Amino acid sequence: MRYRLGVDVGGTFTDLLLFDNETGAFWRHKTPSTPHDSSEGILTGVEAITSEADVDASQIEFFLHGTTVATNAVLEGKGARVGLIVTEGYRDIMQIARSFVPGGLAAWIIWPKPEPLAALEDTVTVKGRMGADGKQVREIDEAEIREKLTALKDAGVEAITVSLMNSYVNGEHEARIGEIAEEIMPGVPVSLSHEVLPEMQEYERTLSTVANASVRPVVSNYISKLRDKLEAAKFGGKLSLLRSDGGLMSSQKAEEHPVNILMSGPAGGVTGALWVGKNAGLKNILTLDVGGTSTDVALIENLTPRRVRTTEVGHLSVRASSLDVKTVGAGGGSIAYVPELTGALRVGPQSAGAAPGPVAYGKGGEEPTVTDANVVLGYLPEDLLGGAFKLDREGAKKSVQKIADALDIPLMDAARGIIDIVNENMFGALRMISVQQGYDPRHFALMGFGGAGPLHVNAVARLMDSWPAVSPVSPGVLCALGDATTQMRTETARSFNRLAGQTDVDELVAVLDEMAAQTRAELTNDGIPESQVTSEFEVDVRYAGQAFEVPLTIDQETLRDKGIEGILERFNEEHLRLFTFNMDTPHEIVNLRAVALGEAPQLPAAELEKGDGNPEGAKIRDHTMWMDGKEQQGAIYDRSRLKQGDNIPGPAVITEMDSTTLVESGCVATIDAVGNILINPA
Amino acid sequence: MPAQIIQDNTTPFERKDIDPVTLDIIENALRNARIEMDATLVRTAMSPGIREQGDAFPLIADANGKMIVGQFGSFIGGFLDQFEGTIEDGDMVFLSDPYSCDGAISHSNDWLVLLPVYKDGRLIAWTAMFGHQSDIGGKVVGSMPIDANSIFEEGVRIPPVKIWKKGEYNDDLMKLVMHQTRKPDWCQADLNALIASCRVASNRLIEMAERFGDDEYFSATQELLARNHRAMNALIGQAIAEEPVSFEDYICDDGLGFGPYKIKCTMWREDGKVILDFEGTDPQSEASINFLLNENMFKMFFGIYMIMVFDPQILFNDGFYDLIEVRIPEGSLLKPKFPAALSGRTHALGRIFDILGGLLGQKTPEFLNAAGFSSSPHLFYSGWDNREGREGDWFQLFQIGFGGIPGRPMGDGPDGHSLWPGFTNVPNEFLERYFPLRIERYETAPDSGGAGLHRGGNGIHMTYRFLADGQIAIHDDRWFVPPWGVNDGMPGKRASKVLEKADGTSEIVGNKLDDIKVSAGDQLHFITWGGGGWGDPLERDPEIVGKEIRQGLVTAEGARDYGVVADSNGTIDEAATATLREEMNASREKGSIFNYGPSIDELRANCEEQTGLSAPIQPVWHRRGESLEAAE
Repeated sequence: MRYRLGVDVGGTFTDLLLFDNETGAFWRHKTPSTPHDSSEGILTGVEAITSEADVDASQIEFFLHGTTVATNAVLEGKGARVGLIVTEGYRDIMQIARSFVPGGLAAWIIWPKPEPLAALEDTVTVKGRMGADGKQVREIDEAEIREKLTALKDAGVEAITVSLMNSYVNGEHEARIGEIAEEIMPGVPVSLSHEVLPEMQEYERTLSTVANASVRPVVSNYISKLRDKLEAAKFGGKLSLLRSDGGLMSSQKAEEHPVNILMSGPAGGVTGALWVGKNAGLKNILTLDVGGTSTDVALIENLTPRRVRTTEVGHLSVRASSLDVKTVGAGGGSIAYVPELTGALRVGPQSAGAAPGPVAYGKGGEEPTVTDANVVLGYLPEDLLGGAFKLDREGAKKSVQKIADALDIPLMDAARGIIDIVNENMFGALRMISVQQGYDPRHFALMGFGGAGPLHVNAVARLMDSWPAVSPVSPGVLCALGDATTQMRTETARSFNRLAGQTDVDELVAVLDEMAAQTRAELTNDGIPESQVTSEFEVDVRYAGQAFEVPLTIDQETLRDKGIEGILERFNEEHLRLFTFNMDTPHEIVNLRAVALGEAPQLPAAELEKGDGNPEGAKIRDHTMWMDGKEQQGAIYDRSRLKQGDNIPGPAVITEMDSTTLVESGCVATIDAVGNILINPA
Repeated sequence: MPAQIIQDNTTPFERKDIDPVTLDIIENALRNARIEMDATLVRTAMSPGIREQGDAFPLIADANGKMIVGQFGSFIGGFLDQFEGTIEDGDMVFLSDPYSCDGAISHSNDWLVLLPVYKDGRLIAWTAMFGHQSDIGGKVVGSMPIDANSIFEEGVRIPPVKIWKKGEYNDDLMKLVMHQTRKPDWCQADLNALIASCRVASNRLIEMAERFGDDEYFSATQELLARNHRAMNALIGQAIAEEPVSFEDYICDDGLGFGPYKIKCTMWREDGKVILDFEGTDPQSEASINFLLNENMFKMFFGIYMIMVFDPQILFNDGFYDLIEVRIPEGSLLKPKFPAALSGRTHALGRIFDILGGLLGQKTPEFLNAAGFSSSPHLFYSGWDNREGREGDWFQLFQIGFGGIPGRPMGDGPDGHSLWPGFTNVPNEFLERYFPLRIERYETAPDSGGAGLHRGGNGIHMTYRFLADGQIAIHDDRWFVPPWGVNDGMPGKRASKVLEKADGTSEIVGNKLDDIKVSAGDQLHFITWGGGGWGDPLERDPEIVGKEIRQGLVTAEGARDYGVVADSNGTIDEAATATLREEMNASREKGSIFNYGPSIDELRANCEEQTGLSAPIQPVWHRRGESLEAAE
């Protein structure tokens, strides 16, 4: 049982990465995704990669999986039909949401009316009311509850969610309704908001609970299919899924709380970057995951990725921890255009997607995309390594010429303009997660991955002044690598809402202890030995009256030693860093969280054969590129033949199976001990 | 005398050629700087008005004060013309008096900070932001007295002063200002937030100038201004006719029994310019509903409505201002004479957007929207919290309400949403936790959205149960003149307020009232208006109407406005529906662009019966103007 298998199912490809715990060697494989049933593509991939590595499926101890199945169920409205039970007077809670209309002045004119995740016709109200102090104001009426539940049953709902006002302080009414629901609709899953998310804010709590209920059957169905297929293939190890916060959870837990895997996909890349960073000796990393239609960015400080308390899926903001990944509508497929009115060059957010795709793919695309500009400039050579298909450079030129004509500039300037604009969009997103959070990007490396990340990473690093620009080993399957190398994680959260001055440290410690015990039990129940479980705590603090809470990580010992004052000191530091000022206002302790972590696997990367610094042996051919406003001579290299210590001066293109790394002029790339490409100014 | 700008380095910027790509990159970077301003503000502000409801507006301008990024137009030019003093590196200007900046901020609750951005001894830019303060003192809690007779009753009024002078903080000034408000903690935090936002943007601009070069940055901003000018010039030629078009709408009353106040605007093109003339607008009010409308702000609103459709990614700026001329009669509701009270300007400010929509859309009905949720209705509730476990703490709540977005060409208007960018509602659990309140109901008001092929969004029926004795104030409108429908769509329902006392009695209360005493256990039903309908309601699919009955958004009775006969389960009687639609079709005139509902005279005649409130009295010109002149 020496192998770990990471599997990441994306929109186009399913990536697999098989990792040998003992030697650090790994095998990677890409196979087309099978959207009607992802487990099919996975199985094809598993068979291919195990035979390539000559490993028997029974030798795989862990099957670690990042999936967008829950995400897609939400985005495409394919979740279960949820019956929602709310407090009398609150039927429109999901319809009204937060009354927020995105965009600027007059944006309401073009904003589509959203349909709530639980249909309004399947939303019913019940009598009974809890006060904000947790005391009952009015009793529930069981006869009414039975009547309403029966109506929902007759309507054919597939799941029940109960979310009542102030249930985060007292969930008794919800619990009773849950019992009655199980009586009336046995077998129909019931979600109670005070269990899923015992936190203040009725809309967010309701939405999170509904989201959970809605994707539960889809996720459950998917997991059981996958489990059956894997068992049939003689796989006997553990199946775990990647959470939005970058930890792993058992597949059983994922079935119960799928709300935690809504952003499983993007989290894989960040955990992969973490592993690469450890091996490359980089502690502070900005990640740049460039896909076809969008780019995800995240920040890792001291080998810890930033987490946030919300998971954004489409226009919905669900309260579940996730890695702080920001997405911009800028990717390889982003379409460039020039609106007649302003004559400005715009790139995205419209995308050519996978179909018809960029013009250069020759699948019927006609609009110029970022990929086309890369082809025109010579950054993406026409004949990619592996020769799977040849890119249509002439077609790409023709499409980019339309932009050049509209702007009245030469073709190459237009192509580079498209690249510069898309890089600028990525730069904007990276600033939001770094500078705006009080981090200096000059203290970070920038790691580009995903299909097109390594093409843009050098130029964006220049904008950020974040060095080195890193093209990690196997950038195309980094998500799968992340799946394979992260650790188990679970957490629980609770509203506290008390002024710091009125909080007794012993009471706080007691509550945290109780929460820690709960989370530890979850992991030990999943078969992790107690000795391998560690606990962490987070406290959200704000100035009383502020809306924004600063999450602070603490440990029990510090809390006991330094008391509440210790927390407040940390808060003041952090607030100053974020916002440049402190105030003489009382502090409020808002939320508490306990995190339990399984042991992080010690997985070293395999060392690459040492070379003499000269990359000549990996050179494929000379190559002409357009860079810095002129034609320049460079070369194309085969990544698989590069050796440790090789130095490659820019401009250069380094190709591999599923990705292409661009080294810009004035920079030099060095191959590190484990095969990462580190680019620095020459 | 205009402000004197002191610079160590007086070398003028050199205008350079900027290639289109660099220009777009700089535009993008400016947009990001603005996003950072918003984010900084929301995270550090403390009053619910700013932090939950986003009632604050950022601006980045060039050295001359022309707005490069923002949405409320630049006021810096006007400020510089009026400010008597110097502007130096390390200064920051603070003001709140609308009369000191031509109404760029339109009531004293909005605090504005202006930061001149210096780089290497040269003024390269301005950043500014204003935000609504929850309380600035004065005669009522919240500082927006409906019956204020002059601006002197509306709390502290700050002329342009330096909060920072050459890097030195003016502590005494801030003590003096904060001494005037009932909520110095909120005001201080919100002011800090405004300042932090301006500083963030200022740092970004300096970085941009370093990255691209000072002259290049300067040239790019000028080119962005020119780009807007060219775009607007082309649009005006296409979209605005030489033949004048007019549109008028109303503010229902002023809280003193007068109303409705007509706002009328006529638009035409003349010598390549657009003239927007408010001749025909009613006189200023003796109360506080006056709106000192800044001409530049109105130009900006006009520009945004024009360009939105053609290049939504454009960064709006001041570049096109000389293509538009705004004429507002002195002494009218939109140009009241000092010292007219201004605090209740929100209704007229909102209504301006309905007027713009009606003006621009009437020649292109396919782009026309119905009347919207064009105001920010709000409630104040204050008192001492004497519930068990509390120590008689003072509390005061300022809460903005939401309503129905109108029917639109693209479809139905969302229910219970905001037309204002960035606004969100406050979670009711938050209200219940921090205020002596229980929110018994927070639902949309069925049938309040105007019937149409595309239904107007429903207003909100919010029921506050007060758990402590205290006082409330209500600021709302559209209770008398309904929000109009378009293209045969019907008007939305009007707003109403009902106070249900703990003893079971209930009374209809007005929509602009201060100082209503409430007792623990009383309930206030705060019902906002719906959006107007778009398109012919008889063409709406009866099945959708049936579904909306099941959803509780429309009642069986309300379905008849669509010519749909259905029961309370939303089951359609097809035959009866066909007959009803035929009858309705025969007895109406089709093809009107605007449906205002009944005339003002009819509304007046039926007011008492329909709304439970007395009809307002027609305001007349010159009464106040004369008395003012006599006093001088």
